[in-house]
Amino acid sequence: MTDILNAIVALSNFVLIPGAAYGAQLALGALGVTLIYGILRFSNFAHGDTMAFGTMATILVTWGLQSMGISFGFLPTALIALPVGIAITGLLLLGTDRAVYRFYRKQKAAPVVLVIVSIGVMFVMNGLVRFIIGVGDVNFADGARFVINARQFREMTGLDEGLAIRSTTLITLITAAIAVALLFWFLNKTRTGKSMRAFSDNEDLALLSGINPERVVAVTWLIVAALATTAGVLYGLDKSFKAFTYFQLLLPIFAAAIVGGLGNPLGAIAGGFVIAFSEVLVTYAWKKVLEYLLPENLEPSSLVQLLSTDYKFAVSFAILIIVLLFKPTGLFKGQSV
Amino acid sequence: MAEPHLIGEAMTGGYGRGADILQGCTLSVDKGQIAVIVGPNGAGKSTAMKAVFGMLNLRSGSVRIGGEDITHLSPQDRVAKGMAFVPQTSNIFPSMTVEENLEMGAFLRRDDIRPTIEQVYDLFPILRDKRRQAAGELSGGQRQQVAVGRALMTQPSVLMLDEPTAGVSPIVMDELFDRIIEVARAGITILMVEQNARQALEIADKGYVLVQGCNAYTGTGAELMADDEVRRTFLGG
Amino acid sequence: MTARGYLLYAGMALLIVLTGFVQGWNLALTILNMGLISAIMSLGVNLQWGFAGLFNVGVMGFVALGGLAAVLVSMPPVAEGWNAGGLRLLGALALGAAILVAAVQVWKRKIGGRMRALVMLALLIGGFFLFRASLDPAVNAIEAINPSLSGYLGGLGLPIIIAWPVGGLLAAGAAWIIGKAALGLRSDYLAIATLGIAEIVIAVLKNEDWLSRGVKNVVGLPRPVPYEVELQRDPGFVEAAAGYGLDPVTASTLWVKILYSGLFAVVLIAILFLAQRALASPWGRMMRAIRDNEVAAAAMGKNVTARHLQVFILGSAVCGIAGAMMTTLDGQLTPGSYQPLRFTFLVWVMVIVGGSGNNYGAVLGGFLIWWLWVMVEPLGLWAMELITSGMSPDSWLRAHLTDSAAQMRLMTMGIILLAVLRFSPKGLMPER
Repeated sequence: MTDILNAIVALSNFVLIPGAAYGAQLALGALGVTLIYGILRFSNFAHGDTMAFGTMATILVTWGLQSMGISFGFLPTALIALPVGIAITGLLLLGTDRAVYRFYRKQKAAPVVLVIVSIGVMFVMNGLVRFIIGVGDVNFADGARFVINARQFREMTGLDEGLAIRSTTLITLITAAIAVALLFWFLNKTRTGKSMRAFSDNEDLALLSGINPERVVAVTWLIVAALATTAGVLYGLDKSFKAFTYFQLLLPIFAAAIVGGLGNPLGAIAGGFVIAFSEVLVTYAWKKVLEYLLPENLEPSSLVQLLSTDYKFAVSFAILIIVLLFKPTGLFKGQSV
Repeated sequence: MAEPHLIGEAMTGGYGRGADILQGCTLSVDKGQIAVIVGPNGAGKSTAMKAVFGMLNLRSGSVRIGGEDITHLSPQDRVAKGMAFVPQTSNIFPSMTVEENLEMGAFLRRDDIRPTIEQVYDLFPILRDKRRQAAGELSGGQRQQVAVGRALMTQPSVLMLDEPTAGVSPIVMDELFDRIIEVARAGITILMVEQNARQALEIADKGYVLVQGCNAYTGTGAELMADDEVRRTFLGG
Repeated sequence: MTARGYLLYAGMALLIVLTGFVQGWNLALTILNMGLISAIMSLGVNLQWGFAGLFNVGVMGFVALGGLAAVLVSMPPVAEGWNAGGLRLLGALALGAAILVAAVQVWKRKIGGRMRALVMLALLIGGFFLFRASLDPAVNAIEAINPSLSGYLGGLGLPIIIAWPVGGLLAAGAAWIIGKAALGLRSDYLAIATLGIAEIVIAVLKNEDWLSRGVKNVVGLPRPVPYEVELQRDPGFVEAAAGYGLDPVTASTLWVKILYSGLFAVVLIAILFLAQRALASPWGRMMRAIRDNEVAAAAMGKNVTARHLQVFILGSAVCGIAGAMMTTLDGQLTPGSYQPLRFTFLVWVMVIVGGSGNNYGAVLGGFLIWWLWVMVEPLGLWAMELITSGMSPDSWLRAHLTDSAAQMRLMTMGIILLAVLRFSPKGLMPER
């Protein structure tokens, strides 16, 4: 009996909980990408570096707050700084739209042109972030580190396996849940939100109904700023902030959005968790859990790791390719290929 | 003669900078009347209606509603003046519910829209049953009802329909025409393009037969149906 | 080529000569060599984009495959490695390939949907475990042999110049597989798919030590040109160098670089010639017709996907050749240095700034953007020092700005790309 409990605890500690946190971060990122695709109709390669910028802005404000002696108790100070970071990022995105994207929108340029343009924007943003905050690791999480650490857990339960719940993990899950709830309330219950869904559904009819396209675009960018900054900050609190890492998240985020169905917010969330758990499950060394569950003579001698951790993103990419080949509209029907 | 409620007079023009599709075409409808535009394919029927709605460039001619000249207004501005347009295809928001579609139809209104929504449900009872269903999941005829209902939400004085019965079964077509008559009886002026010429002319107060961008025959529905030439050429004898 | 074209090329040559005078001929020749290679990559990408409108963001993957070919062709075989597990490894790879082929065959059969999906799933999952079971012991055995110096299978020990076309072939093969899978997709999906493939190729190179020594790198690749130290020991060479007023060391480094330039230029001219011929040929005209109006072309019976596949393979092969050349120039394979999006992005700037759809434009773009990429750092530093010259030496801002000047490269490239796309989307040498 204790063996099964130990196995469950090990599984939770190394797979379920990290997977859920990572899934929440990917989901927020994918939501941003899917909104831009649904409403602005292009794949925004600059999204990863938007997350980096938002996180950087929040970090700067956090430092400012910390130097003034303000803190948030056991919660990270960054959470207070978050709204300011979102505001700054929102301004950046609105400015980028005005200076760059709007020109191509008025021209009704082909989507591929917008993608190339977004790659240019990506590098400018990346350069900006590295210019302002440098390329090194930045650790800005303060407040309590663990909600419950492995030793306390073992003492409480008497099991061999410890379950550590880091505070950043819990914050990620709760913040992501709040953000998603807010987003869905906005999209489904407010006039502006519904007009955005209408615009995404049938642009010509939306224009006929008197919906103002520039207003829809502006609100979209603001929401994307909020989602990207929140996702970036949560990821940075969990791990650490380094200007390069956010670009690497681009592939899993896109995979999540496409798997869920591009343009469909619910799909983006589902996709985020599918990708996150796939990555973690396939690269986890199952040896420990199997040792608890299997009888002595069947215990594995190797790590029982399906793919090495270096191939993590290969998993998300493989899932992406499979979905694109067999069900291009994604799990939840999004806007098709 | 009193000025008709809606008139597009001597309209000449085409899409963008292309050739003129309409050649001095005139359409007019009196208040509360049903006017139907029929004709062979490529005659410019839909083009004429789109011209009245402002979706193409008129090289010459004018459009007036209630005596007011709206020739230079954009389609959105014409909606504000009391026009409503139901396109032939892509005329609903498929991923939104029936009720949300109606709400979007009334987007420009700032007052309480619930009474109007109830009126639409009274007109199309089946929409009340399906009001929480995604509009894209409905059958063809029901989708057309959503499309018309959406257009009616602005409480327009003119309702323009582009081939409302395209791709719809005969029973549903009859039902749709019944509803259109009801809408007209409520005082709304109707301008309609139709392929099903015979059935459409039966309910029409005024009929226009367009051939190659200009008026070929004009008269009341009954007159056109009785006319031998029209019967022979477009109604199959 | 138009008069404007000649002028632009002359201008580019002038830039390189100026660099030689101001900053030294070593640097100028280094820029020239990488510029030649970049020009070839740019040609490859232009084939795909300019001819067919294909948005390939996975260029780095094909370049990396070219680099791998350089290793596989030219490095001597490691006998102990082969004895330890070489044959078993080949067997495992063959097994893996067979399983994939079987899965594809099952997919093509018209068995009932659910049955087919289950069979495929069983085949793939069971096959995966079988594959790993036969691959892992072989890999471990090979990598255990002298890991610090070797730990891999080595290559065929042939002259490295052969690696260049082999690199092209390897890249072409990969492009065939990828193209078959991904070419039906919409343009931005194709971009994501090709990006992912490039990441996977590079991850394989970084992790499969038995193949490429992974992050331990393969150094000391054989050369097609003499070594500097050999030249310095050759009395005839030393004499000739003295005649030019150069000491042996400088002369040998310059001469080696010039030899490379010659080799690379020959390849570039050959490929450019072929590309121009292709452009003018009926095949080229058909490709552009398809690009301009795919629906009409398909309606006329042109097999659009097959044509796209052809162009995809050709363009990727060219990039593979360039990759082999690049690794030859470096003398080593460093998988860690392949950063997919950054370098791919640079090649795209080259194509767009040079003129997409124009082969000469792509080549010009290759030279110009590479030159700019190298020069932005010293120029930026110089500009930053100028800006901060008025500030006090201890100022935090001054230190920060000067330090960050190095980061300006990518940002400058991004701004250039955006500016060109906005104000001059046809590039310096527009398509005729």
